Amino acid sequence: MADIDIRQVAKRFGSHQALHAVDLTVADGEFVVLLGASGSGKTTLLRIIAGLETASEGTVSIGGRRVDDLPPRRRGIAMVFQNYAVFPHMTVFDNIGFGLAMQKMPAAEIERKVRRVAGMLHIEELLKRYSGQLSGGQRQRVAVARALAVEPAVLLMDEPLSNLDALLRLEMRAELKGVLQESRTTTIYVTHDQVEAMSLADRIAVMHEGRIVQAAPAPEVYHHPATRFVGGFIGNPPMNFLPASREGEGARVAGHLFRDAPASGGALAFGIRPEDLAPAGEGFAGRVKVVEPLGPHQLVTMDLAGHLFRAVLDNDLAVRPGETLVLAPRPGRARWFDADSGASLAEITQPEPVTGA
Amino acid sequence: MQRLLSSQKVLPYLLILPASLFLAAFFFVPFVQVVLEAFTSDEGFTLAHFRTMADDWKFMPALSNTLGLALVVVPIQITLALVMASLVTRLRRGRDVVLYVFTIPLGISDLAAGLIWFALLEQNGFLNSILYGLGVIPGPQNLLDYRNTAGLFVAVVVAEVWRATAIVLVILVAGLGLIPKEYDEAAEVFGAGPLKRFFLITLPLLRPSLQTALILRTILAFEVFAVVAVLAGNNLPVLMGETYSWQFDLQDHKVASAYAIVILAISLAFTVFFLWALHDRTREAAA
Repeated sequence: MADIDIRQVAKRFGSHQALHAVDLTVADGEFVVLLGASGSGKTTLLRIIAGLETASEGTVSIGGRRVDDLPPRRRGIAMVFQNYAVFPHMTVFDNIGFGLAMQKMPAAEIERKVRRVAGMLHIEELLKRYSGQLSGGQRQRVAVARALAVEPAVLLMDEPLSNLDALLRLEMRAELKGVLQESRTTTIYVTHDQVEAMSLADRIAVMHEGRIVQAAPAPEVYHHPATRFVGGFIGNPPMNFLPASREGEGARVAGHLFRDAPASGGALAFGIRPEDLAPAGEGFAGRVKVVEPLGPHQLVTMDLAGHLFRAVLDNDLAVRPGETLVLAPRPGRARWFDADSGASLAEITQPEPVTGA
Repeated sequence: MQRLLSSQKVLPYLLILPASLFLAAFFFVPFVQVVLEAFTSDEGFTLAHFRTMADDWKFMPALSNTLGLALVVVPIQITLALVMASLVTRLRRGRDVVLYVFTIPLGISDLAAGLIWFALLEQNGFLNSILYGLGVIPGPQNLLDYRNTAGLFVAVVVAEVWRATAIVLVILVAGLGLIPKEYDEAAEVFGAGPLKRFFLITLPLLRPSLQTALILRTILAFEVFAVVAVLAGNNLPVLMGETYSWQFDLQDHKVASAYAIVILAISLAFTVFFLWALHDRTREAAA
């Protein structure tokens, strides 16, 4: 077990800057998810922590020890690869025991540890098989078991669920969470799937164009996006954004006047999550374009002063395309951003307590 | 015709028909002829030609020299090619240039390769000139002395290694390129140093390419001829040389055919052995 301290880590591939001076600290036993689209630099950062890639600048410390000049095998890490990298010419047993065998552990000890992690991941009956005889989900379990078997100080996972089909991914996600909670290993987990990130992470670090734009617990990232990018990236459907014009102390958004808007900064942009809207007598009035029933809710897309505007509403509300609908933000849920920089500004009403921080 | 062409059952056979006809005309027919030549005389089936072949005093030396050359040359080539392939794939820059330089001998025919090494090793050759110029030797040495069979053997081994290692290299470089780099990275993360990674991960995963290279090189090693003819003449008899000799010098194509059958049998035996020994057993149903 160990904490991780990443300071000012930058990475250039030729003229391409993959990472810009990234800072991140991960506490002992914490589960941090690096979340971002492809090309955001999340995998590069993970590979630098693993030692499979060298940083152009900056330092990485694991357990208080600088590891920049250490090869991967001396960093006390274990890794689960996106394609699992389960050695095809070895049995499942030899795969799981590979790291232990490299440490020259006695055979009886290896046997005991392999059986323990195989039990944790329910693959005891597969120990004699080869990778070619396993399904994708089973191979995934072997890769996780191999990583846990060495009882690493830090566990690194690179999109471990992305090659599984949807149903299996859901199942493995829950199981992974249970197994990792039990082991309390410091974990950094890379994914582009926000649902995966929310469900697993103690803390999500959202990456965009080689920078960490926000690192916070999932509810905070969701309710208080640090930038307009985070608001648009997290949440499905994404946050609605509308241009705002200042009027005295307040601001007018699509015809609706908010009495007090953040005083600081220049031009404003308004943001509201589709699920934070409710029908009201006064508010945003728009023409309904599409109604999509989603089971427990319905997704309503409307045209609001030339902008597409989405709302997730209760099923019992009868809405038909072509009608005019008036919606207002739930109290405390409106968000304001600097229209130029995209940075978040203070909330219009009293801020809610930040949960889970 | 249209229906015949579009039929999924017939079309594949139609497509391989030209190649099959070509093989039948230029490979299978001569092959049958050679077999008939080797096993028949005017009175019908006979093993007399094989007896003639085996009774010749050069047969045993030819057989042992050929096997000996293959057993020495092929392992050296595989080892060298593995080292070279590992070096080439590790290069970040100039990889293609190095690979082209390494494979230059591939573009040279075996006869020309034999002549090059003859020019190097003969009494008035480059090696003698250099050694004499450096004062290492008092005068020209006969490195290819017909009385020194071991020396001739070594000369042929060196020339063959120089000439044909590149084909193994090309196969292994291609094979290394097919191994996903994550296997090596996983081994590195889980504690394996460079040597362990090579022997525990890379080498086993390279097995299909090694199998191809071994079969190809071993078969070609049993057909060694021109290099031996140039460097050692008749002083180092090999099977292919004897086949040539019976066919053209002694004008006995029956015994020459018998030699050809022996070479075929040895090649076939080794091919079957390599296919069996390096067979992928990891995909068979679990016990």
